[in-house]
Amino acid sequence: MSDSNIIPKWLSVGVIPLMNLFLAFCVSGLFIFFIGENPFKAIFVMIKGAFYYPGAIGYTLYYTTNFIFTGLAVALAFHARLFNIGGEGQAYVGGLGVGLVCLIFDQHVVGFLVTILAILGSVIFGAIWGIIPGYLQAKRGSHIVITTIMFNFIAAALMVYLLVNVIIEPGQMSPETRDFASGVGLEQIHILAKYLGLEMAMSPLNLSFIVALFVSVGFWFLVWRTKFGYEVRSLGHSETAAIYAGIKVSSTIIIVMAISGGLAGLVAINELLGVHNKLLLGFTAGYGFTGIAVALMGRNHPFGIFLASLLFGALYQGGTELDFEFSSITREMVLLIQGLIILFSGALAYMLNPLVERIYIKYYGNYNNA
Amino acid sequence: MLESFQIIISLLDSTIRIATPLIFCAMAGIFSERSGIIDIGLEGKMLLSAFVAATATFLTGSPIFGLFAAILVSCSASLIHGFACITNKGDQVISGLAINILASGLTITLGIALFSRGGQTPPLASEQRFMPIDFLFLDQLSFVPVFGELFVEVISGHNILVYLSVLAVFFTYYVIFKTRFGLRLRAVGEKPEAVDTAGISVTKMRYQSILIAGMLCGLAGAYLSIAHGAGFGREMSAGKGYIALAAMIFGKWNPIPTLLACLLFGFLEALGVRLEGVELIWIGEVPVQVMQALPYVLTVVLLAGFIGKARAPGAIGVPYSKEG
Repeated sequence: MSDSNIIPKWLSVGVIPLMNLFLAFCVSGLFIFFIGENPFKAIFVMIKGAFYYPGAIGYTLYYTTNFIFTGLAVALAFHARLFNIGGEGQAYVGGLGVGLVCLIFDQHVVGFLVTILAILGSVIFGAIWGIIPGYLQAKRGSHIVITTIMFNFIAAALMVYLLVNVIIEPGQMSPETRDFASGVGLEQIHILAKYLGLEMAMSPLNLSFIVALFVSVGFWFLVWRTKFGYEVRSLGHSETAAIYAGIKVSSTIIIVMAISGGLAGLVAINELLGVHNKLLLGFTAGYGFTGIAVALMGRNHPFGIFLASLLFGALYQGGTELDFEFSSITREMVLLIQGLIILFSGALAYMLNPLVERIYIKYYGNYNNA
Repeated sequence: MLESFQIIISLLDSTIRIATPLIFCAMAGIFSERSGIIDIGLEGKMLLSAFVAATATFLTGSPIFGLFAAILVSCSASLIHGFACITNKGDQVISGLAINILASGLTITLGIALFSRGGQTPPLASEQRFMPIDFLFLDQLSFVPVFGELFVEVISGHNILVYLSVLAVFFTYYVIFKTRFGLRLRAVGEKPEAVDTAGISVTKMRYQSILIAGMLCGLAGAYLSIAHGAGFGREMSAGKGYIALAAMIFGKWNPIPTLLACLLFGFLEALGVRLEGVELIWIGEVPVQVMQALPYVLTVVLLAGFIGKARAPGAIGVPYSKEG
């Protein structure tokens, strides 16, 4: 799969992806229509839910934060032509890192330091859950897609076991840990705004969003401005060429998967340090899988990933509004839209290329010969 | 002694019940992957067909109709997969994933819109399901020690789809290894250029294979909602499609070993349920999560080449383009 070189870049990178997205939304609209609701009203409700109500933008950006992390995680692996489906499990285990650090240190160490350590914990634990499939791919030749799928399930079983039997708050029925101590955590933006004398509606948006923006810039720098990034992209382009160029393929794969897992692990800081303030069951809620859609739509570039995350953030937040406004469509509609986006922007990404190429050549002639 | 025999009998009985959808899906996976198409979408196809089977059966009152509707929908999902990754040469993993997420969203959305029961379908009456079939001569046989009990409790008394799943294994074995179609199918998955040179359409072969896979997934879905269960529940497939995928790899893409892997994974789950809250000598209580994770751990270990070597079909995951 590669972008066409018959048509100019603004068509292949700009217009065609938008057309794919448009198709995905059209088909979603058809489903809403068949259910007997008005698709335009549904879109209106979702846009209002995502941007209009007090705090809505905060919620949208809070979801966006998760998708930036998981989207970047998938994208980095894609650059090395590795398909990391394990973002969900890596984020989950990243949560274990946060939880353990906080539970062990929060009574003894100052909150600020615990928070920093917890962030490191999320990255390291997520990285470990990425390194193992990476190692198995690099050294033992097991297919990364299958291994990461398996690791999602292993992570789920592990976390249920730990939360139900080991780190559950004693005397508590639901499987979650005790609250982290009060000084631990990432401050929510509306509280910070209050310190500055600004009035903001309450929302779970927290400092993790700022972290996500910095990480995005770091991602760009790593992939396009460092030797390592060059090696990763060469490997993704052609493994044979990478070997001839003296790039150590297996260690590159392992490091890529470590960073990828670490990025996915950062979901835990948004969810646990920013919002829940404890480790709980199922906090990843499918964000890891959405990261795949985000990376595909964002064409593995941090700016594209930011835009795609924003779109999915709006879909998730707007989706919750569907529950209130309609009797027959609910937020699960968003899963359907997400599936269609993965289908059209991912699996069918090049479906429209021949058509667009034909039209372009008809009117403008061959781009490269011009 | 008698009690432990009873326990073993009931364990084997639940093993078969749990393994049935795994067997259908794993055979579907073999057809698809042997022809060179990765099928992550087993899970989604099973979920979709479970929903459609329950819905169609509820609306028409006939489980036969439900079964055919399930197969039809599952095959349509296969066609979408084929359109994306055979016709348009899209990424097979991404396409399969799209089908899974689509199935999750679609079944819940349609379920709520149709029945307003939070995504469930209304419960089915027993005449609307495939009910257990008792074999002939049960009464006479039950007096035979050991074998009689085994026959009555484990072999007899399942619904028709359970027996069909065993047939599906032999069908898969026969078609893939004993027919001309099967030879071509395997060739398409290993060296599509060779098949193309022989004047056989790679595209047609692959479409045929994934349609068979679609049918088998349809049977798996129908088993869940109108045979084993009495209606559809949200996310009913609960990762079974992925376990089937694991079983297929564990069985090295061969029908008979894959059947054994499905039975093994089914047995592990049955054992896990059985051992919940039971203190074992020396070991203590085995957490049910260990049993749940074991199929995945075993598959990872196998894939890593620590027990034997699992080799996927040569051309798997690669879209075929004719030269020139």
